[in-house]
Amino acid sequence: MTPVLDIRYLSVSYRTPDGDVRAVSHVNLALRPGEVVGLCGESGSGKSTLAYGACRLLRPPAVITGGRVLYSGKRTGTVTPVDILRVPQRDLRAIRWQDIAIVFQSAMNALNPVLRVRDQILDVIAAHLRLPRAEAHEKAAKLLDLVGIPRDRLRSYPHELSGGMRQRVMIAMALATDPEVVIMDEPTTALDVVVQRDILAQIVELKDRLGFSVLFITHDMSLLLELADRIAVMYAGQLLEVGSSAAIKDAPAHPYTQGLLRSFPSLRGARRDLAGIPGSPPDLRDPAPGCPFIPRCGYAVAACSEVDMSLAAVPGGTDPLHVTACPIVSPAGIQAVTNAVVPEAAHGVPQEGARS
Amino acid sequence: MTAEPISTAPVTSAAAHRGSLALEAIGLSKDFRLGQGKTLHAVRDVSLGLYKGAVVALVGESGSGKSTVARMLAGQERPTAGLITLDGQPVSVAGLGEFRRYKSEVQYVFQDPFSSLNPVHSVGYHLSRPVKLHQGHGVNVRQQVIALLEQVRLTPAAQFVTKYPHELSGGQRQRVSFARALAAQPKVLLADEPVSMLDVSIRLEMLNLLDDLRKRLSLALLYITHDIASARYFADEVLVMYAGQVVERGPAEEVTQQPAHPYTQLLIASAPDPDNLGSVLKSGNSAARAGGTASGPAATGCPFSTRCPLADDKCRAENPALHQLTAVRAAACWRLSEAAPALAGGAA
Repeated sequence: MTPVLDIRYLSVSYRTPDGDVRAVSHVNLALRPGEVVGLCGESGSGKSTLAYGACRLLRPPAVITGGRVLYSGKRTGTVTPVDILRVPQRDLRAIRWQDIAIVFQSAMNALNPVLRVRDQILDVIAAHLRLPRAEAHEKAAKLLDLVGIPRDRLRSYPHELSGGMRQRVMIAMALATDPEVVIMDEPTTALDVVVQRDILAQIVELKDRLGFSVLFITHDMSLLLELADRIAVMYAGQLLEVGSSAAIKDAPAHPYTQGLLRSFPSLRGARRDLAGIPGSPPDLRDPAPGCPFIPRCGYAVAACSEVDMSLAAVPGGTDPLHVTACPIVSPAGIQAVTNAVVPEAAHGVPQEGARS
Repeated sequence: MTAEPISTAPVTSAAAHRGSLALEAIGLSKDFRLGQGKTLHAVRDVSLGLYKGAVVALVGESGSGKSTVARMLAGQERPTAGLITLDGQPVSVAGLGEFRRYKSEVQYVFQDPFSSLNPVHSVGYHLSRPVKLHQGHGVNVRQQVIALLEQVRLTPAAQFVTKYPHELSGGQRQRVSFARALAAQPKVLLADEPVSMLDVSIRLEMLNLLDDLRKRLSLALLYITHDIASARYFADEVLVMYAGQVVERGPAEEVTQQPAHPYTQLLIASAPDPDNLGSVLKSGNSAARAGGTASGPAATGCPFSTRCPLADDKCRAENPALHQLTAVRAAACWRLSEAAPALAGGAA
């Protein structure tokens, strides 16, 4: 199936007086129709820069230094994909929001506090749909229906809504133009778990009903395992591993992914040993050659500083599209790595028995 | 709207076996006047004990009153009703001197390491002030500051003394916050969401550090969080708060594995479950949304009755008190025999 959004070798730098910060380097990521792809990484890993860069939403000092972003949707050329990075400004405006919509981080602040919800939704409709007035009002009401907010809330100001409701309004606005791709940047980070689950279930339900694809950006791996079809793990501006949720969970290939999986406590099942990932991410102004994870990696060998960080298939896996940039991985390598992890976890949070 | 009297069941804290009682709150309540004759009952009749070398977790969603409890314990907010005792003595923080003495025993760690440090002051300044203030004259301030930095594993310590907050990562800043709290050599540490602003990969390191400090310094630790999964790993006792009340308390492992109160059950069912790859989320099943979030807490009766699938007329009329389930567990629910049949059998 042709990907609806195909990011190829995208690189983004931030120009600073002290030199370029390579926030995103040579990232390849495809989003297929109806798919939820999770983009996972810690703060500063470049996940938001990647998403905004792909939509040409970045302002200087950010510069896109290379790559292509091919969009092939039902409205714009299914035969020849459009390169978003090269389309004229006018066409870009048509594609953005109408075909590719974004739900921005922190819904708390994304809505204009002095405008009623209705006026903000009508703004979107006016800018992108050009409906007659009555129809536009009806559309705004229908959008709130879609996300399960009572219609009388159209007259509310953002401060009269709870955090979860504001986030729903943001989602409703993103869906106003029936987009094919919805990029969600940490849409539930500031919300309570109960509200979070509620909204995620709603997103998935709408996705199934309306058939859009989702690029879901978060730092919460545990959430992605449950939600996403595929997961891309980003670190220091590069993708370290991409695979199906099952492959990432059961056979994580990159030591960073393995570290992430050992970083969050689980509620269900036996208590696992947890270790976290000691150290902090590298300085992107002056990246060392090879894998950026070397200083925090317990398995780094000499070859790691020469690897070109292109993604290669993980041998022996069940998912043929499971790829990683780690050079020391082989089925035996994974085995060695997973086994070696156990004694290291001894300094982790107290283990079973130590606490009862 | 009236606050109904809620009696507290005589449960032994699951943290009690760790050490002696340091800080105790008995029947703590806090009302905020909202104007127009309205009152917000932010905290209602909360009792808890913090024991030396033990971790008690206060779990709840935003607005549940967990931070208000911590602020009252820290002496920053005066309780409307109830008593706080430190080492068995009632706490009074009326005067500045008393407040300062109390602060040297009970310290607070803030949630956001990005705003809790002053950007124009160095790490050394942040730490030397509490050392001078609380450790008195005659101590070698610089030596103490270095020792504090080593205690929170910011090494080489001498280098960090001269750094400014913007030169530090989020994790390093939070370590400075810990060190600042420890500078007063407290018995009790109140940690209000100490890791929620940090990246997942360093959260665990921070919790491990806190756990290590707890052990080495015999700290009585209150861990406030909305992440009940981390409470399972980190805490001895968990108290679940909803709308200002403790709705369930007990040993961390038992509460998370066999929750009794419908709210605790909802909280646990809502937490991301990485082991559940083919979950209801993927199929977009709206059954996952039972429990609803549209309604706020009820004004009368059990505050959870507006969202509770088991709520009946009694729940809507009367607020249940904490009901003892076992020696160390209690839950405030009228319908425990349906909510947790296995546990309610042992109830009095």
